[in-house]
Amino acid sequence: MPEQQVQNPDAGFRKAGLSIWEIWDKAGMAVVCVVLFLLCSWWVPGFRSAPNMVGLSLQVSSIGIVACTMLFCLASGDFDLSVGSVLACSGVLAALVTRQTSEAIGATNGVLLGVTAGILIGALVGLINGVIIAFFKINALITTLATMQIVRGLALLFADGKSVFVPNERFSWLGTSSLWGVPMPVVSLIVFFVFFGLLLSWTTFGRNTLAIGGNKEAAHLAGISVPFYKTVIFTMQGMAAGFAGVILASRMEIGDPKVGMMFELQVISACVLGGVSLTGGIGSMIFVVSGVLIMGMVENAMNLQSVPTFWQYVVRGAILLAAVMLDKFKQSRG
Amino acid sequence: MADPARYLEFVEISKEFPGVRALDGVQLSVGEGSVRALIGENGAGKSTLLKILSGAYTPTEGKLRIDGKDAAFANTQEALDAGIAVIYQELHLAPEMTVAENLFLGHMPAKFGVVNKPAMNAKARRMLERLGEEIEPAAKVGRLPIAQRQMVEIAKALTRGAKIIAFDEPTSSLSDREIRRLFQIIRDLKDQGHVILYVSHRLEEIFKICDSVTVFRDGRLVETFETMDGVTPDVLVNRMVGRDIQNIYGYYERPQGEPALEANGLMGAGLKQPVSFSVSKGEILGVFGLVGAGRTELMKLIYGAAPKSAGTLKLLGRDITIRSTRDAIRNGMMLCPEDRKAEGVIPIRSVMENLNISARRRNGFVVRPGWEKRNATEQCERLKVRTPSLQQLIMNLSGGNQQKVILARWLSEEIKVLLMDEPTRGIDVGAKSEIYNIMYHLAEQGIGIVMVSSDLPEVMGASDRMMVMRDGQVSGFLHRAEYNEEKILSMALPASEPEATLMS
Repeated sequence: MPEQQVQNPDAGFRKAGLSIWEIWDKAGMAVVCVVLFLLCSWWVPGFRSAPNMVGLSLQVSSIGIVACTMLFCLASGDFDLSVGSVLACSGVLAALVTRQTSEAIGATNGVLLGVTAGILIGALVGLINGVIIAFFKINALITTLATMQIVRGLALLFADGKSVFVPNERFSWLGTSSLWGVPMPVVSLIVFFVFFGLLLSWTTFGRNTLAIGGNKEAAHLAGISVPFYKTVIFTMQGMAAGFAGVILASRMEIGDPKVGMMFELQVISACVLGGVSLTGGIGSMIFVVSGVLIMGMVENAMNLQSVPTFWQYVVRGAILLAAVMLDKFKQSRG
Repeated sequence: MADPARYLEFVEISKEFPGVRALDGVQLSVGEGSVRALIGENGAGKSTLLKILSGAYTPTEGKLRIDGKDAAFANTQEALDAGIAVIYQELHLAPEMTVAENLFLGHMPAKFGVVNKPAMNAKARRMLERLGEEIEPAAKVGRLPIAQRQMVEIAKALTRGAKIIAFDEPTSSLSDREIRRLFQIIRDLKDQGHVILYVSHRLEEIFKICDSVTVFRDGRLVETFETMDGVTPDVLVNRMVGRDIQNIYGYYERPQGEPALEANGLMGAGLKQPVSFSVSKGEILGVFGLVGAGRTELMKLIYGAAPKSAGTLKLLGRDITIRSTRDAIRNGMMLCPEDRKAEGVIPIRSVMENLNISARRRNGFVVRPGWEKRNATEQCERLKVRTPSLQQLIMNLSGGNQQKVILARWLSEEIKVLLMDEPTRGIDVGAKSEIYNIMYHLAEQGIGIVMVSSDLPEVMGASDRMMVMRDGQVSGFLHRAEYNEEKILSMALPASEPEATLMS
């Protein structure tokens, strides 16, 4: 480790130049992401076309939205496996509430109530996760594994095992309308990226989240209320998953209780692919954006090239492995 | 040239870590059938020497010689194979496995991969009986009391055919009776021709069972007494501490003001009797006690990191309620924790992050990079933190510089009382005296300082007044003029062991 002559008092404060390693550390995956985009644009026919770009961004919107809050979970040293179930449950609930109330209180109000119900159920599940993890000190893996199954069960119960169709055109507004030609789900995704990116790196909340992930006990003794942070982080996570579920249901125009199987793992893979540490303390929004986009582009390119589905699994897994091994190499270089 | 009087030899052993020379040219030999004590203050090099012996470290220079043959261990397995066993303070047994399984871990008697349990248990029983112990071989190790676990550890060493056995603070958690039992076994091992190394802070033990003693200080071998004739505890302490003790601590008197912190009747986990004390502005109150005396628990209680079951706190004469670490910090009472790595620093974050983590809250919700950089630069210059840059990860700094960053974290705040738990543990001598100087300066500015330490010379050298703790309660207070090592130790040692206080 020639970079660290920490004991040498004569070294003084080294000039903070941007070496190639530093760029790699901070935004290595962003570079990979850009290169991948250029390669795909060049090699894959139809990749660059506007409809495909819109399709690609819609395709990553759900994962991207939930990845923003998963970043906070991972950064604080935990993770949340219940997001896939929450995605389904909130979609179902939003659809159900909209359908049941639209006649009584009008189409617009019905939709508003449905959307609110969907987001609130997500927040509630997140709050429960957070309280159990923070105050009862139960391992996050077990807690969210349990709520993952409970909430999936609830989604199926609410919907009676079938997809909930919504005969209300306004319900699909959130998922299908667009702003200046950008579909609403993608607008939401961008808002999420910006908001949570700023929250992580520019506020005490974000810095303290990273501190908790870096060393929980030291953070506690530095005056940070760890249980409070964990509760807030998991509640945010639930809300984001609920919101993503509502948007998805709105886009599909149905609430499907079986949607989002393995969704939590895709979200976590996207984050880790971008360079967010699974053990906590290391992460930034650039990592998440890169990870989400790389995963989306690879999938999109494989679809355009008609790569058989079975092979797509193999390729996605291989990319994830390659990414984490690269990360390990990066760390050992120190 | 195998010479039984030089069965184990350390030849000019040096070990360097980044920034610290932990061992410097140590030359030492121990004979068969003898017990050698290794003594010295924390950080003097004893543990490093044991780790080199056990293969956990490889020496930077020098070599080991066993029975006249050069030996170099790349890992602990090779050292085990060469007949070396080190029995550490924290025992290294698998708690969920049985006694017999632990004894034969890695070489259980088996046929075609199936363990022959009856044979193994019978062998284990014979082994333990040889030590005069009645321990059921089928019992789970986790269920045994500490003393019996230690016996299992010794038996394990013997089943592996260890010729050289090193003990690292073996008596720290044993009762008086258990200690006598252990000593009997050590004497038996000696009579059987084993080479024994014995590391302990308790001088009286050394006079009981050791044949010779080697004193370390700051990584150097100060002196070896080949026999214990004419050696007194005073001589050993003198060699351990060295003549330049005054220079390390550099103590000077400071004016003291009104009480800064008054604790009244504090109770909580780890304490057996209510604790009351006060520390004045400008005063450094030393808190001394052995491991388990309740010092760290008391600090956590005051700091709001552990719940109080009774008691009140007054800060500058005002009643304060501390329910969390946040409350303590907002009131101006800060803690530098005992275990810097586990509780003090956030290793994977930068120096700047670690420094600003608390004080930045006063800027509001949004982080201000300008302030962050200015504050970090200013504090690092003030405390002479040596780091290549503020962006450097704190884990790459030496212990002394990490401690300075934690101090800088609190100096960025309005601080009234500073609690320092083991302020110089694992810090090399040069940085130690810098830390003491920082403490004196802070005290001069009117801060009340509580300094907890298990290092007696340190408490005696740097504090104005001392509170001695024993077994979860306060056993007394002493003014600097009354400091006397023997007196303090007799106040700190458990009352159930009167003989332990007989120092000379």
